[in-house]
Amino acid sequence: MKSQEEHGLIRINNVSHTFNTSSGKIRVLDKLTITVPKNSFCAIVGPSGCGKSTVTRLVAGLLQADEGSVWLQDQKVTSPRPVVGMAFQNPVLLEWRSILKNVMLPLEIVPNDLNMSEREARARNLLELVGLSGFEEKRPSELSGGMRQRASLCRALVHQPEVLILDEPFAALDAFTREDLWQTMHRLRSEEPFTGLLITHDLREAIFLADEIFVLSGRPATLQHTEVLSKRGQKNLDDLYSPEASQTLNTLREQIKIARQHEGPLT
Amino acid sequence: MRQIFSATFAILVFLVLWEVLVWVNDWPNYKMASPSDLWPAFWRFKGLFLVYGWETLWRTVVGLLLAILVGSAIGMLMGLSRFAREGLYPLLVGFNAIPKATVVPIVALIFVGQHDLNTVLIAFMISFFPIAVSVSIGLSTLEPEYRDILRSLGASNITIFWKIALPKTMPEFFGALKVAVTLAFIGTNLMEIVSPHGRGLGALFDSGKTNSDYPLMFAVLISLAVLGIGLYYVVIVLEHFIAGWAEREID
Ligand SMILES: Nc1ncnc2c1ncn2[C@@H]1O[C@H](COP(=O)(O)OP(=O)(O)O)[C@@H](O)[C@H]1O
Ligand SMILES: [Mg+2]
Repeated sequence: MKSQEEHGLIRINNVSHTFNTSSGKIRVLDKLTITVPKNSFCAIVGPSGCGKSTVTRLVAGLLQADEGSVWLQDQKVTSPRPVVGMAFQNPVLLEWRSILKNVMLPLEIVPNDLNMSEREARARNLLELVGLSGFEEKRPSELSGGMRQRASLCRALVHQPEVLILDEPFAALDAFTREDLWQTMHRLRSEEPFTGLLITHDLREAIFLADEIFVLSGRPATLQHTEVLSKRGQKNLDDLYSPEASQTLNTLREQIKIARQHEGPLT
Repeated sequence: MRQIFSATFAILVFLVLWEVLVWVNDWPNYKMASPSDLWPAFWRFKGLFLVYGWETLWRTVVGLLLAILVGSAIGMLMGLSRFAREGLYPLLVGFNAIPKATVVPIVALIFVGQHDLNTVLIAFMISFFPIAVSVSIGLSTLEPEYRDILRSLGASNITIFWKIALPKTMPEFFGALKVAVTLAFIGTNLMEIVSPHGRGLGALFDSGKTNSDYPLMFAVLISLAVLGIGLYYVVIVLEHFIAGWAEREID
């Protein structure tokens, strides 16, 4: 058997999906195939409404595909599994819990053999890593948007998931905060072993964070283009202004343009 | 402290204005009692006030507890199942639209003589609606991401309910409870007044009416107000401890 590095920790295999809504059927995914190698960080970009969030829900086991199959660690995904951590654009922190208790939430659900103080230590550790030490006892509403998103990342990672799924987590943040969080993402990646799947509509974000970028076509989404970045892993912001990065950015822009033409009439 | 001071001050001003109004217009006792008539009325019937006040209080609280239990159950059903929501909502709205004053004599007749049951039942019927609606809205408007965060970890629906849905609904629940507590109180008194040979402050009010004892009637009104305020503040204190996280610092 091939290793998950080459074989793919996440494999989306010929997946098609149609939603039945009151206004008719919406075909969202069309024979989509994507492979994410273990320990890599991949980004998915594509026109809005093309089905990116649907892909994350399929990988997380929150949704079953009509056709095709999704594999995680060589196991077919049929229901949610705690090897996944998720963060969304909305940080969805629980206002009645402190930041620390919010981060510890997954450990109350996922089976683990940590005792209370070990759980707390793990959460504090992550909070420190993202620069939130000193804010453990605060309520979510006392934090800025960027800080809440940092806490949300900690919660997504606290149970040491194999896969971190990020669905436009930085979309609501201002440009400077966003760049700070990009760097935080790299720091997390160097300390925590996870395979990342990032949904974004920010092409520079994809270039800065990802090793590989998948461009989806307009709805119904299919894989239109794969961009393998020459510089993988750790990057710094200056790399974004290198000639290669500009080249990549141009390619991606072209691809998005094509993707948007592909899109059927607005429904 | 400042709150208590300003509240006491407001009440004093109100009493003085009332007294002055009666005095200036030279209204006799049988038209409008003045605050200075109230204390003798209280004192004369102090035993009855205590006993009947207690009757009114416990019936209201029991009715309210029933309303919380049944209202929350209906609210959960409607909040978690769309089918139940679409089925039950028109029924509930229709039920709530019936003026309870018309239900009071009916209930009084059905359970004639069973004063406690009558009264508790009306207090319950009048107050469960806001609770049911608020719980159902609280649950059904839970953003899907909240559910997904826990579901993606393999949490069961029961876990999601206890960890997220229930606490998140608490502010709405207490908002409704503040309305319900006043309504339940109204329900109790309606029944006490209507029901013949009843007990409770409502019955005392009714006997004041039969005997044209206006100071007594006003004294009952005041003690009802005091009880109402007391109940309301119990809810406020509970809210502070259970859903205090939803309070925002204003200044
Ligand atoms: N649960 C659902 N029921 C019906 N339609 C849905 C559902 N989820 C998503 N859709 C529709 O599927 C399409 C793709 O949605 P989504 O995956 O959220 O797109 P993206 O994240 O790329 O913006 C949209 O048109 C959306 O309206
Ligand atoms: Mg989306």
